Amino acid sequence: MTDTALAIRALHKSYGDVHAVTNLDLSVTSGECFGLLGPNGAGKTTTIEICEGLLEPDSGDVEVLGMRWQTNERTLREHLGIQLQETQLSEKLTVTETVRLFRSFFQAGREVADVIALVQLDEKSTARVGTLSGGQKQRLAIACAIVGDPKLLFLDEPTTGLDPQSRRQLWELIDQFRTEGRTVLLTTHYMDEAERLCDRVAIVDHGKVIALDTPRALIASIGAEHVVGFTLEVEAALDDQALRALDGVSAVRRDNHAFELESTELRRTVPALLAFLERQRLPLAELHTHSATLEDVFVSLTGRHLRDA
Amino acid sequence: MRDSLKQLTLTRFREFVREPEALFWSLAFPIILSIGLGIAFRNRPAEVVQVAIVGDSAGAAPALDALRKAGGFAAERLDSTRARLALRTGKVAVVVNIPATGRVEFEYDDTRPDSRIARVLANDAIQRGAGRADPIPATERYVRDRGSRYIDFVVPGLLGMGLMGNGVWGIGFAVVDARRKRLLKRFMATPMSRAEYLASFLISRFVLLVIEVLMLVGFAALAFGVPVRGSWLQLGAICALGALAFCAVGLLIAARPKTIEGANGLMNLAMLPMWILSGVFFSSENFPSAIQPVIQALPLTAVNDALRANMLRGAGLDVVGPELAIILAWAAVCFVLALRLFRWR
Repeated sequence: MTDTALAIRALHKSYGDVHAVTNLDLSVTSGECFGLLGPNGAGKTTTIEICEGLLEPDSGDVEVLGMRWQTNERTLREHLGIQLQETQLSEKLTVTETVRLFRSFFQAGREVADVIALVQLDEKSTARVGTLSGGQKQRLAIACAIVGDPKLLFLDEPTTGLDPQSRRQLWELIDQFRTEGRTVLLTTHYMDEAERLCDRVAIVDHGKVIALDTPRALIASIGAEHVVGFTLEVEAALDDQALRALDGVSAVRRDNHAFELESTELRRTVPALLAFLERQRLPLAELHTHSATLEDVFVSLTGRHLRDA
Repeated sequence: MRDSLKQLTLTRFREFVREPEALFWSLAFPIILSIGLGIAFRNRPAEVVQVAIVGDSAGAAPALDALRKAGGFAAERLDSTRARLALRTGKVAVVVNIPATGRVEFEYDDTRPDSRIARVLANDAIQRGAGRADPIPATERYVRDRGSRYIDFVVPGLLGMGLMGNGVWGIGFAVVDARRKRLLKRFMATPMSRAEYLASFLISRFVLLVIEVLMLVGFAALAFGVPVRGSWLQLGAICALGALAFCAVGLLIAARPKTIEGANGLMNLAMLPMWILSGVFFSSENFPSAIQPVIQALPLTAVNDALRANMLRGAGLDVVGPELAIILAWAAVCFVLALRLFRWR
């Protein structure tokens, strides 16, 4: 069991009539950063909290670092680093006091000052938690998660609600943790975060894994490298079949008046589209293109966008 | 002491000391209350009886003389209209009419207790002045003892009330707040020992208890001369046991609620009856005997009774055995229930 950090088999969890997680299988290899990507309410938090031993599954098997929660809870707790969504650390304590408190719970761990330096809070070490910004609080939460020198780090939506700069700082922090050869399981509903950080990503929707692979392979799986989006100045009933027939187009999606074409070759699709619209005498209101992302993978799998799912 | 227990306990102190409002309500408030009550209910010197004398007859002068000689009266001669006005406005307690020598008539409101006392005292003085001899000679001995004044009664009550409030609020709010902020759940995600988490509350509570008790009892002793006739050590033991019981009540209240509002409601539900029934500001004996068994079984009643027995009567722990048994029972039952019902997340 050296190289599987986390194995989940046939996991089920319901809250009353709501099936939060249905028949979920996952396996996280030691040393990788694994992402659970999905919209809010997809069952990501339920899954990660079951892995963290904070929730009991209705059924299914969870093996963490080769151990099980029922028999090895104490040992497991010593080796896991956990950051929960929405934890508010005590505002009255200083940064150092908070990290020292968490350090004291673990038999072995890192130096408090080192961890504070690692999350770049040294200048704030004597500041009360209540005076920290959102990004600083989140880095403190990570500090509390890694001060026990964990083998496996769980991060539940670590950058939700943060400004772009704070998000990048956190990403660097997570990267650094990974390069030390440790394992990370994180949940996120930001596709750019999953793409940037994760070696492998499981896309989760309605409590099920609907796709699992490296970000690159997932994007490649939709058979298109690019997306062409456009809207027309006037409403017109465009024929999907005709659009699909354009050079390089592999799929057509529409969201009210906005069209999206998945394309394997941008340089052929765009001129073809322009010529097609010219013939139909339909003036363009907007045209944009981007490389395909995990967002497009999610859309192509579910027909919904991550943000409004 | 294990580092984790030390850090948890330090956290308790830091959270308490860095919250100025909590400091005020738990340490300064009981003292301010005792100052207020001490001033409001201070024992005044025996009051001077205000009397008006009406009448031009020759008998009026000897009556005035007799009152002056007896002492304790402020008597003045007024005409009947002004005397009546003085009586109506409460400036005098009784009007003494002397229509002729050898006759006296008292004019007063018989529903006013001070007027009735004034009538008896004035009559007594006038009769003696006129030569009445008492068949049985009487002498007076005044007992104005420390320990029997209202302030002596109320300070142990305030002490008990403080033990209850600080135990219930101190633990209840801190635990429910930690649950509300998902901090309890976060702690559960570490190897933290649950026993140490709870122990940190008890340890910090006991340390603060010493400060609390010394401040209030010390202040009451210095400012009002409230006595501590029993042993200080035993007083400390009663306080510690009481604090333990109220911590247990606080923990039980905090076992489930997820919001401060919910916890606050439960705390008021638990404490309000005891504030009224348990003899903080007035004796619990005032309530009907039918509900006395209930009142006597309340933890605050037991704590207050034990504190008064120690401070005012100098009684030893053996005398307050039943009270201590009640307090211990509350502590044990509430702790067991609290640990059984407690939600860590």
